[in-house]
Amino acid sequence: MNERREFLKGAIVFFPAAGVLAALAREVAGREAPAKDAGAKDAPKPYTPADHFYGMGIEIDKCIGCNLCAVACKAENRVPDEPFYFRTWVERYTIMRDGEVIVENISLGPQKETMADAREVVRTFFVPKLCNQCQNPPCVQVCPVNATFTTPDGAVIVDETRCIGCRYCIQACPYGARYLHPATRTADKCTFCYQRIVKGLQPACVEVCPTQARIFGDLKSRASRLVRFKRMNKIHVLKPQLNTEPKVYYAQLDGEVR
Amino acid sequence: MTAQAREGLYELLEQVTGFIYPNEIEIHWSILIVVYPYVTGLVAGAFILASLVKVFAIKEVQPTYRLSLLTALAFLLVAPLPLLLHLGQPQRFYEILLTPNPSSAMAMFGFVYAWYLMGVLLLEIWFEYRRDLIVLAQTSRSPLNRVYRVLSLFSKDVSPEALAFDRKAIQVITIIGIPSAFLLHGYVGFIFGSVKANPWWGSVLMPIVFLMSAIVSGIALVIFLYMVLTALRREPIDMACLDKITSYLFYAVIVDFSLEALDFIHRLYQSEESVKILGKLITHKLFLSLFVIQILLGMFIPLGILVLAKARGFNDDLRKLLYFTAVILIQIGIFATRWNVVIGGQLFSKSFRGLMAYKMEVMGLEGLVAALVLLALPFVILAVLIRLLPTTRLEEPLTP
Repeated sequence: MNERREFLKGAIVFFPAAGVLAALAREVAGREAPAKDAGAKDAPKPYTPADHFYGMGIEIDKCIGCNLCAVACKAENRVPDEPFYFRTWVERYTIMRDGEVIVENISLGPQKETMADAREVVRTFFVPKLCNQCQNPPCVQVCPVNATFTTPDGAVIVDETRCIGCRYCIQACPYGARYLHPATRTADKCTFCYQRIVKGLQPACVEVCPTQARIFGDLKSRASRLVRFKRMNKIHVLKPQLNTEPKVYYAQLDGEVR
Repeated sequence: MTAQAREGLYELLEQVTGFIYPNEIEIHWSILIVVYPYVTGLVAGAFILASLVKVFAIKEVQPTYRLSLLTALAFLLVAPLPLLLHLGQPQRFYEILLTPNPSSAMAMFGFVYAWYLMGVLLLEIWFEYRRDLIVLAQTSRSPLNRVYRVLSLFSKDVSPEALAFDRKAIQVITIIGIPSAFLLHGYVGFIFGSVKANPWWGSVLMPIVFLMSAIVSGIALVIFLYMVLTALRREPIDMACLDKITSYLFYAVIVDFSLEALDFIHRLYQSEESVKILGKLITHKLFLSLFVIQILLGMFIPLGILVLAKARGFNDDLRKLLYFTAVILIQIGIFATRWNVVIGGQLFSKSFRGLMAYKMEVMGLEGLVAALVLLALPFVILAVLIRLLPTTRLEEPLTP
């Protein structure tokens, strides 16, 4: 009798605790995103793009300017090494006392030290940039042959077997996020590492970020880290006046950033 | 990527001033895309000049009617070539016709072009030349007579009723043709004007400015060709015609200049976010091509010359010389206009913090030589067309 009571007591404590721990473990592993989330209990369900809608959060104050994201992106997506082709890059802003703003692209390689007198600097910060995966993308609008399009899960991608290389999309992108790939002679851009996210992985830049300045997630999942990020921070997007409706959300974004 | 192209980009990297987004270093729309709106503009302008004769019954301009039509055709045939050569994957060009994206301004190119070529220009030329083609098929020697027979589409009817129908058809086609010509070139302006990411391009006035400058360049070109052609043939120039067309040219330049001035003042007065970088753009990068070539050489000086030629009672020879100088200057000015739009729009960063540089290739598909060949090609085509199709109506009596 006593033993049974003890057992029940233990069970009352153990099962909920196990549930919480399991949830935490899932959270830590960052598995709230694709595929496994939807049908987690049984056999893995095939990936259904329409069940997801991806975006990215960037917390400016967490970025330390290590540039690992840009390096990882080039490696993962076979972006040419030359400093004229980037799917993602990191800008450094230095705002001086007299209002002067110095912007450098630290992904271009080692930068000259521009600060003459540190006492004259009001603030500095890094801004990671990438394709904003707009919900109203001008690049998709102008593509004459439908080679660039938005996937149901919200990534704007290019079909390199259809692209004719007219470069209208490059002209139409307000963020300079596109380039002409020198090998394929077609337009190329950030895809949120589409090849990774459909497998339930994070984009390469998010995966390698040592400070979690980049947060990737599913806007359709209420438990997603991105949704929480959007709830916990005051959010801004780049060039909102152009009505491109970006899905890359910045926290602590400075007004000087364009 | 060739080592040379890579080196070229590194060189351009050195010339960047301020901050630019990293992918912006490559200037994507090259000299060929300057040639494209320039050539299309000449088509639209030449056609509108031809329409003056038929729709508004301006008899003085009759001597240039056929020349205008043939000029429009020669340049229209070349118009798609710069676009084609510029594509990264030119062998896929047909996709733009087979699976066009209805929301893309550029996807409409094939349809606007095909309509203008088949529905307007070729049709009008055929009706205009039908009688002459029948005459030529009868009078010329083999094998040329066969060519004329095919060109006349084997029609043989030269009865007064048939000729009256030709005239009627031309009238109708011209009336449809004017808005079509407006569409053709206004549309080219829309390709640029609708790019909201680029404040140098994104303007509702762009299609109208393109259209007016097209009319200017087309009229100037036909005057140039008419003067050269009469000189080559040692024929007298019809001065009444020349005086009349140059008056139209004068008014067209005034309207064109007013529109561009309006655009400029509007931008300056609205003083939007981009105003500073655009100011730097025109003073640092476009000073020569905008202020000196486009405005001074391409507008003010030829306007002065035209005023001088009209106001003073100069003799015919001096007037001819003045007109000839003015049309050449205007032509250079309009080419500079296209340059300033297309290249100018790519020399500043969309971060509004820096300026890029453009270094034109000389050889290569997108280089200077290719552009010059494309600009010369319409003249070769025109020479063949003029050989084949008389620019004045044949007077030979018909053999029964």
